[in-house]
Amino acid sequence: MAESQAANGRMAAQAREYVRVDRVTKRFGDFVAVDDVSLSIGQGEIFCLLGGSGCGKTTLLRMLAGFETPTAGSIFIDGQDMTGIPPYERPANMMFQSYALFPHMTVAKNVAFGLEQERLARAEITQRVGEILELVRMDAYAQRKPHQLSGGQRQRVALARALVKRPKLLLLDEPLGALDKKLREKTQFELLGIQERLGVTFVVVTHDQEEAMTLATRIGVMDRGEIVQVGTPTEIYEYPTSKFVADFIGSVNMFEGRLVEDEPDHVRIDSRDLGGTVYVDHGISAAPEATVWTAIRPEKINIGRERPDGPDNVVRGVVREIAYMGDISVFLVAIDSGRMVRVSRPNIVRQAEDRISWDETVYLSWHASSPIVLTQ
Amino acid sequence: MKRRELFRPLVLVAGFAFLYVPILSMMIFSFNNSRLVTVWDAANSPTLKWYAALFRNEQILDAAWLSIRIGAMTATGAVILGTLAGLVLARFGRFRGRTLLSGMTTAPLVMPEVITGLSLLLLFVTMEQLLGWPAGRGVLTITIAHVTFTMAYVTVIVQARLAGFDDSLEEAAMDLGARPAKVFFRITLPLILPAIVSGWLLAFTLSWDDVVISQFVAGPGSSTLPMVIFSKVRLGVSPDVNALATILVVLVAAAVTVGALLMRRQEHRREREIQLAVAENK
Repeated sequence: MAESQAANGRMAAQAREYVRVDRVTKRFGDFVAVDDVSLSIGQGEIFCLLGGSGCGKTTLLRMLAGFETPTAGSIFIDGQDMTGIPPYERPANMMFQSYALFPHMTVAKNVAFGLEQERLARAEITQRVGEILELVRMDAYAQRKPHQLSGGQRQRVALARALVKRPKLLLLDEPLGALDKKLREKTQFELLGIQERLGVTFVVVTHDQEEAMTLATRIGVMDRGEIVQVGTPTEIYEYPTSKFVADFIGSVNMFEGRLVEDEPDHVRIDSRDLGGTVYVDHGISAAPEATVWTAIRPEKINIGRERPDGPDNVVRGVVREIAYMGDISVFLVAIDSGRMVRVSRPNIVRQAEDRISWDETVYLSWHASSPIVLTQ
Repeated sequence: MKRRELFRPLVLVAGFAFLYVPILSMMIFSFNNSRLVTVWDAANSPTLKWYAALFRNEQILDAAWLSIRIGAMTATGAVILGTLAGLVLARFGRFRGRTLLSGMTTAPLVMPEVITGLSLLLLFVTMEQLLGWPAGRGVLTITIAHVTFTMAYVTVIVQARLAGFDDSLEEAAMDLGARPAKVFFRITLPLILPAIVSGWLLAFTLSWDDVVISQFVAGPGSSTLPMVIFSKVRLGVSPDVNALATILVVLVAAAVTVGALLMRRQEHRREREIQLAVAENK
């Protein structure tokens, strides 16, 4: 019950728009870094801008912070037009990818810097710095210089420095990029905890889909300066709307095919790539006989020695490669059409008796709801 | 094999000898009693009489004091202008005339001193005729001339130091609410301070031992120390010049040694602290 209330609270918070990006374009010379992007981000959301390097995500973030000026379009924060407002007057703070801690100041001085600019009383500054350092569990290190800290500690100081000003909007540029995998996972959950406690709106830029998946309430996938899809992590993963998104998030097996049967409740796709037909249990909107792409996630494919019943959604192949990753095993199967198909299976038991092995002939099959049909 | 083992120390000794034997012989001869620079008076040496003579020599003492004043003024002026130029070149991105500015500020580095000196002399003469300023040539014109060519060094040093720092430090300060002027004084300036200090020292040193440019733009009564030494040597090397040079070498060597030791200590401390921080997080 409490959980559903929290979820409701989050939904309600989302309803109020806090950041609006209105048809923003940014050009550097001839290069279009951000191309006519529009976004609406709700209060209290964790919005992730996800994309490869050079996709414009950082430029968009820097425009929110005020370090770059849009060539066209405008940005609104809390209903206020940010055009012409310099970084030092915006209600947003940023955590930099390099953390950008001032090397000549102690941790406490670094964190106090922002408050000093607000001309607060000494006592209040000391108190607030103490509080925020406690929150990020760095109070024991207040008198250290940045070079005396480890990567994870620096990250926490950078977070404290950005949060101590109690911004309504926190911008994070690859916040966990410099940390190793273990520390990154731990910090992700810490970040979530802090965000929930303070109710700050987060806009996170990352190229790491795992980071985006764990942190975000919504993800905006960017490619070549454009937002290609916005949605919750589940929507992005399970219902990508384009080949780019399907391919970019997680791994996927993609087959080109032709729409041969197009009914409101199902479609059938003939794919030479696959060497068979795909039956999908829902209708799609595409012209008959159109070329479409079928994407199937590796974990949604069954692998077995017996051929399942039915003419569709099954294909024969030979196991070429098995990668044992501990929690899962990944099989690379060469199907009869010549294509390689990636299949992943959880290792549910410790020592499976009759484990599928190299060079075995296997049948791959999937449920009719699994394939994602893409037209672009 | 034996020969190769000998070869390397031999090269080392030869190298050091090439660099330091002249200076060493000069230092030894500064204690020579003989008035003739090339003859060692074994009977009455060593003696400090040339040092005593040096400190009685008003001309040399005045010139040394003048050189120190010009050096300090030059270094300060060069640091201010050079820092501004370095800052603009490193931080203001691309702007119209950037290449021109970059080329012009660093041109004195490669310009022959004779040309710099001559052109500055012509400039000062013309300015005096047209504007009446600077009136005559002296300390002011020497200082201006020295600032012109030492500024280039400061610019290069400051620019290099700034290039080593992420722009995001300044952006972070701005993001935290600091206006640009405040960002400069609280963040940028402390960061480039080491570059400014070494730029100041370098400018001072360059001004201190410049002869050629000073010759062009100096006026009567404004002879710097190198100019005095140069004119004395032309009349035959007098042993008190040896004494003067020895004092200078010792002072410079002491300053360099102390500086290097301090820097090494700081480096050691920093390294230890980093190791400590790393060890704690294991």
